[in-house]
Amino acid sequence: MFLTFDGLSRGAVYAAFALALVLIWRATRIVNFAQGAMAVATAYAGFEVSAATGSYWLGFAVAIAAGLILGAVTERVVMRFVDHSSPLNGVVVALGLVLVIQGGLGMIFGSEFRPAEAPFSRDAFTVGGVALLSRFDLFVFAAVGIVVVLLALLFTRTHTGLRMRAAAFAPDVSRLLGVNVSGMLTLGWALAAAVGSLAGMLVLPTELGLHPNAMDIVFVSSFTAAVVGGLDSAIGSVLGGLIVGLLLSYVSGYLGATVAPIAVLILLVVVLLGRPGGLFSRSAARTV
Amino acid sequence: MTALLRTESLTAGYGAAPVLHEVDLDVNTGSITAVLGANGAGKTTLLRTLSGLLPATHGRVLLDGKDLRGVRVEEMVRRGVAHVPEGRGVVTELTVDENLRLGGLWRKDRADVRKAMTEVYELFEPLARRRKFPGHQLSGGERQLLALGRALVGRPRLLLLDEPSLGLAPKITAQIMTLLGTLRDRSGLTVLLVEQNVRGALAIADEAVVLALGRVVTRGTDIDDEMRHAYLGF
Amino acid sequence: MSGKMKIATIVAGVAVVVVLTLVFPPFRTYQLATVGAYLCVTAGLTVLTGLNGQLSLGHGALMATGAYTLALSVNAGWPLTAAFAAALVVTTVIGGVVGLAAARLRGPYLAGLTLAVAVVVPAITSTFDGTFNSDQGLSVALEPPPGTVTVEQWQAWLAWGAALIVLVLLQLLIGGRFGRELKAVRDDETAARLAGVGVARTQVLAFVVSAACAGIGGALFAVLAQSVSPGAFPLSLSLFLVMAIVIGGLGSLAGAAWGAVLLVALPALAHTVTEGIDAQRLEGNLPLALFGVTLIVVMLAAPGGIAALRPFKRSPFKRSPFTKAGLRPLRKRSKA
Repeated sequence: MFLTFDGLSRGAVYAAFALALVLIWRATRIVNFAQGAMAVATAYAGFEVSAATGSYWLGFAVAIAAGLILGAVTERVVMRFVDHSSPLNGVVVALGLVLVIQGGLGMIFGSEFRPAEAPFSRDAFTVGGVALLSRFDLFVFAAVGIVVVLLALLFTRTHTGLRMRAAAFAPDVSRLLGVNVSGMLTLGWALAAAVGSLAGMLVLPTELGLHPNAMDIVFVSSFTAAVVGGLDSAIGSVLGGLIVGLLLSYVSGYLGATVAPIAVLILLVVVLLGRPGGLFSRSAARTV
Repeated sequence: MTALLRTESLTAGYGAAPVLHEVDLDVNTGSITAVLGANGAGKTTLLRTLSGLLPATHGRVLLDGKDLRGVRVEEMVRRGVAHVPEGRGVVTELTVDENLRLGGLWRKDRADVRKAMTEVYELFEPLARRRKFPGHQLSGGERQLLALGRALVGRPRLLLLDEPSLGLAPKITAQIMTLLGTLRDRSGLTVLLVEQNVRGALAIADEAVVLALGRVVTRGTDIDDEMRHAYLGF
Repeated sequence: MSGKMKIATIVAGVAVVVVLTLVFPPFRTYQLATVGAYLCVTAGLTVLTGLNGQLSLGHGALMATGAYTLALSVNAGWPLTAAFAAALVVTTVIGGVVGLAAARLRGPYLAGLTLAVAVVVPAITSTFDGTFNSDQGLSVALEPPPGTVTVEQWQAWLAWGAALIVLVLLQLLIGGRFGRELKAVRDDETAARLAGVGVARTQVLAFVVSAACAGIGGALFAVLAQSVSPGAFPLSLSLFLVMAIVIGGLGSLAGAAWGAVLLVALPALAHTVTEGIDAQRLEGNLPLALFGVTLIVVMLAAPGGIAALRPFKRSPFKRSPFTKAGLRPLRKRSKA
């Protein structure tokens, strides 16, 4: 029971992170391999502010805002100049960003683990002697839930959401209809990076803490979540996140924490080879 | 009559080799101008240059006498120019309703956008029955209607239409042509119509321009048989 | 340059390096040895990525496979040549398995999968810590080199001997029919298939070849460091390898050589720069950032990105104003 709630809590974080990957993939056909590093960078900023001011929430807000800015800057300065003639270009440039960010963080903050405090107790409530979930888990569910609902409303109910979708699917047609496509791309990157930052703020207190490489495994898990759900599907990525979270929790609980990354790899291989369009895709036959 | 759109020795192309050579064109307000020509004549390139998707390498485009150089593609629709690209340009991932809304998103006058959408649904009855359908479920004819309707939601002064008849049944093509004539007569719409369907286009056009290998070879209200043979192949 | 000329160049280059090992101080000789070990890996990777268009972020893991195999074999009392053979065989098999999966995947999917492989290395060494001894890793007990040869010289000769074999074999391989098939599959799979090229077979073979090279390189690393541990094969190593071949110039063995030099020279340069100033944090992190910046600049400056870095450039038509504005180019281009 505890493992289930723990898995759902982790899964919610992976879901948010996978959602951020899907946002960018749908808009630009780039898998943002730098997203983990970007999220860590903004989390450093957030926890620095928290430590300086003593207010977790101020740091939290700073991290999210830093995500918005970093995402927008990444798109404006780097990603918009990536040539799309080969899908490898985007990947390689993103990897360059990973190195820059991780190297930069290492130079500024050093490569030791720094503590990342949780705003709420991580001790689980017990019901009838059975540990269930902690206040922090509830916070994670609420935060991710709110973000998912807000994004869904943005994309389906607002003019800006319609513009963003149109710009992603048909950039030239959208420009002819007066949509500021390059602005929508920047906005998309900003939103995605902010969601990534949120996921970082939620996952780091449950791991070893802040470290330039702290999100490497989270990135792989979330990439797996996005692939499980289908890289084109926002809902799929949320479900995929929950599935990966549960899997990791059960594997860690029954087989040991060191086995968890291996389980993720196996899941990724199985899904990629079996249903490359994602578990929830209607057409299994798709070139990936 | 005054020229709403005018090009002066317009030259444009992809890479080093120009596709359009020194094209001079006048499109009068409230008229339908047909641009005819074989495959590869530069018809689509002309429209793409007019709407700014492709930068001109030489010459200029004037709208209401104002030079359009430096005007961004996104800005064109605000100046009253609607370009319906070849291949219909329906965003297939969005629903019919969303596609239509997209046509009016740039407009401040929300009430008139709603009114325009209602008009389009009345005009194109097949679309009204499929409001919630995604674009990829529409037939070719329905997509053409949708693309045209989406342009109309923006209440354009100048409509750049790229091969509306492509792949459509003759009956639907005829309907579209009739509709264009009606819009011109009723609301003074100006149309630049790129077509391979010469007969259909000439039936409603006030003037025709024939392009061959990127140059204007003839123009006028009447295309004589010799020209037809030489450049249009029938 | 003809194939024979290229092979002559390779032999001459290696000969020059061997001469250098006779005159260089031990530390420089050790650096040369490291270049040789990297060269085995970058040469294989550039065949995979540059010529065949498959991006692997997991070559660090394949190197780890080679290194651990060599360490376990040597510690089991096998002679060095047998240990190298074992490393080669094991990485070839693993490369074949990954390659079978890779042949069905494209672009970012393949990158993600191989990234997962790279990240999973420490987990495997911890899970099977009875064999791999977790984070501490294994030490490699080497017999002293014959005669008056110093350890560094011996290591350098081993590394460059291996590099010589790898380079010559790769050159023979890519200079012939296989090389053309690799490029055909990279440029247009459908066209390659129609021309009778077995697409999946070519892709798997490319992966196997490049994995074998990575295995040799990894085994050399174990010999050079005389130990193996997961910390020696972090994710950043895999990324460095990709950087090296991209910056060096994709798809040519000369590019792989420049990349290998860069992999050793850039950290050494950063070390020299930061020496003296009290900047422990810069050490190691500065080359990381430098590599990243160089990579991004190279990718953005080269029109067409990766494609432009290949020996045969694409036509300028591929780059339209829309790509510059961050948009995908229109499918239809010059249709009237």
